[in-house]
Amino acid sequence: MESLHMNDKDIVVPGDLLASGMGYLPSKGSYRDGEKVYANRVGLLSVEGKVLKVVPLSGNYAPKIGDKLIGQVTDVLFSGWRVDLFGPYSAVLGVKDATSEFIGRGANLAELFGLGDLIVCKIVNVTSQKLIDVSLKGPGLQKLKGGRTLKVNAAKVPRIIGKDSSMLGMIMQATGIKIAVGMNGIVWIDGTPEGEVVAVETIEKIQNEAHLSGLTNKIKDFLEHKTGKKVVAQAIPAEGES
Amino acid sequence: MPYPKRFDGRKFDETRPIVAKVGIIARADGSAMFQIGKTTAYAAVYGPRTLHPKWMQNPKTGVLRCEYNMLPFSGHGERVRPGGGRRAREIGMVTENALLPVLDLREYPNAVVDVYIDLPQTDAGTRCAGICAASMALADAGFEMTDMVAAVAVGNVQGSIVADLTYEEEQNKTETEGVADTPVAFMPNSGKLTLLQMDGHNTRADLKRALEMGREVCKKIVAIQKAALRAKYKGE
Repeated sequence: MESLHMNDKDIVVPGDLLASGMGYLPSKGSYRDGEKVYANRVGLLSVEGKVLKVVPLSGNYAPKIGDKLIGQVTDVLFSGWRVDLFGPYSAVLGVKDATSEFIGRGANLAELFGLGDLIVCKIVNVTSQKLIDVSLKGPGLQKLKGGRTLKVNAAKVPRIIGKDSSMLGMIMQATGIKIAVGMNGIVWIDGTPEGEVVAVETIEKIQNEAHLSGLTNKIKDFLEHKTGKKVVAQAIPAEGES
Repeated sequence: MPYPKRFDGRKFDETRPIVAKVGIIARADGSAMFQIGKTTAYAAVYGPRTLHPKWMQNPKTGVLRCEYNMLPFSGHGERVRPGGGRRAREIGMVTENALLPVLDLREYPNAVVDVYIDLPQTDAGTRCAGICAASMALADAGFEMTDMVAAVAVGNVQGSIVADLTYEEEQNKTETEGVADTPVAFMPNSGKLTLLQMDGHNTRADLKRALEMGREVCKKIVAIQKAALRAKYKGE
């Protein structure tokens, strides 16, 4: 007998029986044991036809090629920098990937990026042993000057950014501050103290209500109430994020 | 049967009242509280994070490290000396072994997942409460787990098979009749055992009966654990 034991958008926990029957296909966050499909993490169940997926509600960041992250330079190497990604694994930024300028043999690399500098970078390679290479070549990738960072739940970063950066665009428009968000859950903000306070509150609100529907409108009302400005939700191009 | 009725009036297969909460330690990556009667366990999960000392690292998989700790004032009048000891180390090890079958840490080579279990109040069944709390905390931290793990102590008190012994029951041996205390942990979906220890003497038949009782009780505990997890994520 083929049957679905949970509904779409239900909160599932590890070991929950999602469906029985060979017709259902386990995807991310679920697995098959014989005839049965079980959840293997806490998340929201998404049923797409016969495919069962569990969208994580918590958890750590898993590095993927192409992800944009915020990291901190923690060491200067022979021909690059070690970058802390605020997770279990650190990355290496090679000189080649850091700048298009010519850097001569024996140059002092610390002049380009010193210890403690924050950078917005992109993952170009991840090995099975989680050795990570990052690059600064690409739109919006740069060294960050000033500002401060917050740590948020990496599972909720997509909601903070919003569809086509719409959520970020709203916060920036309402508060007039600069924000950069890394997939590793690091948010960098820089602007007026009042703007930063509102931005931090907004980001916390998004984190707490990330799984609820109609979030964009709620945040819009929240921002309008806090700043007294009219806020329009609109998509902004990827380069404008930082 | 010299122990026809339990001291606190419970049925033989009935646990003490259970309270389970998830997400109670704000700074931890995952956390949970599991209270069963007068035994309370808190578990906090940190990680995955880089494992030091480096020689403990395993390039094939992440390492699970559980620390079991009874707080100094938690026992029965005697002060529990802090700092851990032989007993705490052993329980930490069996907790790791009880949880590893549901966890797959191969995604985190050279890293460690730390689970700290603290018991502010104890009345027997601490390793089981610790495992229950740790299992919820790991799920809360977002790890992929094939199932939850629930644990309970089952035993033979003077010939009666009972679940979830209290300290009073554990001590209730006479000249002729002993007490067997058998903490067990189960993965309820597969019904497989992940922890089995025994103190005292038991017959083969009674042990079998105790294990069967443990399996059923663990299913009930898992329902409570899952409800607590759902409550956290629904409430947020």
